[in-house]
Amino acid sequence: MTLTVTDLAIARGGVPVLEGLSFALHPGKALILRGPNGIGKTTLLRTLAGLQPPLAGQIDGAEDQIAYASHSDGLKPTLTVMENLTFWASVFGTKGIQHALDAFALNAFSDRYAGNLSAGQKRRLGLSRMLVTGRPIWVLDEPTVSLDRDAVQMFAEAVRNHLGQGGSALIATHIDLGLDGDVLDVTPNKAKPQPIDDLDGGFL
Amino acid sequence: MIALLLRDLKLAFRAGGGFGLGLAFFLIVTVLVPFSVGPQSSLLSTIAPGVLWLGALLACLLSLDRLLALDWEDGSLDLLATAPLPLESVVTIKALAHWLTTGLPLVLAAPFLGILLNLPVPGFFWLVISLLVGTPAMSVIGTFGAALTVGLKRGGLLLSLLVLPLYVPTLIFGAEVARRGATGMETQTPLLMLAGITAATIALLPFASAAVLRINLR
Repeated sequence: MTLTVTDLAIARGGVPVLEGLSFALHPGKALILRGPNGIGKTTLLRTLAGLQPPLAGQIDGAEDQIAYASHSDGLKPTLTVMENLTFWASVFGTKGIQHALDAFALNAFSDRYAGNLSAGQKRRLGLSRMLVTGRPIWVLDEPTVSLDRDAVQMFAEAVRNHLGQGGSALIATHIDLGLDGDVLDVTPNKAKPQPIDDLDGGFL
Repeated sequence: MIALLLRDLKLAFRAGGGFGLGLAFFLIVTVLVPFSVGPQSSLLSTIAPGVLWLGALLACLLSLDRLLALDWEDGSLDLLATAPLPLESVVTIKALAHWLTTGLPLVLAAPFLGILLNLPVPGFFWLVISLLVGTPAMSVIGTFGAALTVGLKRGGLLLSLLVLPLYVPTLIFGAEVARRGATGMETQTPLLMLAGITAATIALLPFASAAVLRINLR
């Protein structure tokens, strides 16, 4: 499933942040999203995930294909690692969480409450959720925050496996993951400030 | 959907889940009433249906602000919105889980608290029936209020202000069923009205809740 974005414009809090953005994400490929803070990377990813509507432009092939991982992991501190993952697996209608536990080395604390994990371990659990969604397009927002070097390698390996199975990934990150993917720098697409023609236009 | 219901029930019973909070509040309110109005049993039995209904309503309100706020804080609401479940069924399940952990215990506890307030014997049956029919509406309306205020700091206070006026029809007809039942009068008309309100809120409000949730998640 190819994700195609044509001439997309997006806004955060009513202010346009990116415009004229076009790219395609083909199966088996990774796209690394880059750009300075505040440029609208998270807003772009949320728009692609369907959490907010675009200002203009077209998104094709995203419907029910995207697994989204935001800054927060969506973990319940009073559920165990196993219960958290099993819940997401059954929400997405997939079976088996063992491969996800293996991929992120979570077996040792699968019975521990998620609230007792360290920040990096929580992140690993959050990322392992991607594996149980069974969705082909991964959209990841700063996935390596609070991960140590080994865990980053685990994550890169998981993404490589996913790409090898015909999936694709769009990753906003500032570090080098060692993936052979194209880089999409959105800096040139920064939205131009709108000329203010009438003072009360914004309210009407 | 079942998975979400089971998760919410499990969370309610785990540490900090707030199960029993509403029940304890209901108990304390009804115990305090005889202290404040005095021990005349005839006065207590007159006001018992109304006091029990008001207590149940306030107890229901108590746990509403956690209904969606916790899921919003830890990001799972965003993830649920991108999951295959439609948001309409997410809010319906959330309301059902709230009713099972808050409304149903109130219904079951009400007859025992009725004893404390000297509720007339024929009133017990109608009190339970009216609460059983009325409390689902309170959970569904409360979910709508929670969806409106999700993401607001200190949204709980605003939530009460928004939700309490919407509870008025349910309170009027529910308390009326209990009052008429306690005095041996005919209860069919208010009971039908109460059931109609509950059925209408369950049928319509999940769509409104899902719509405001979509806007709030942007």
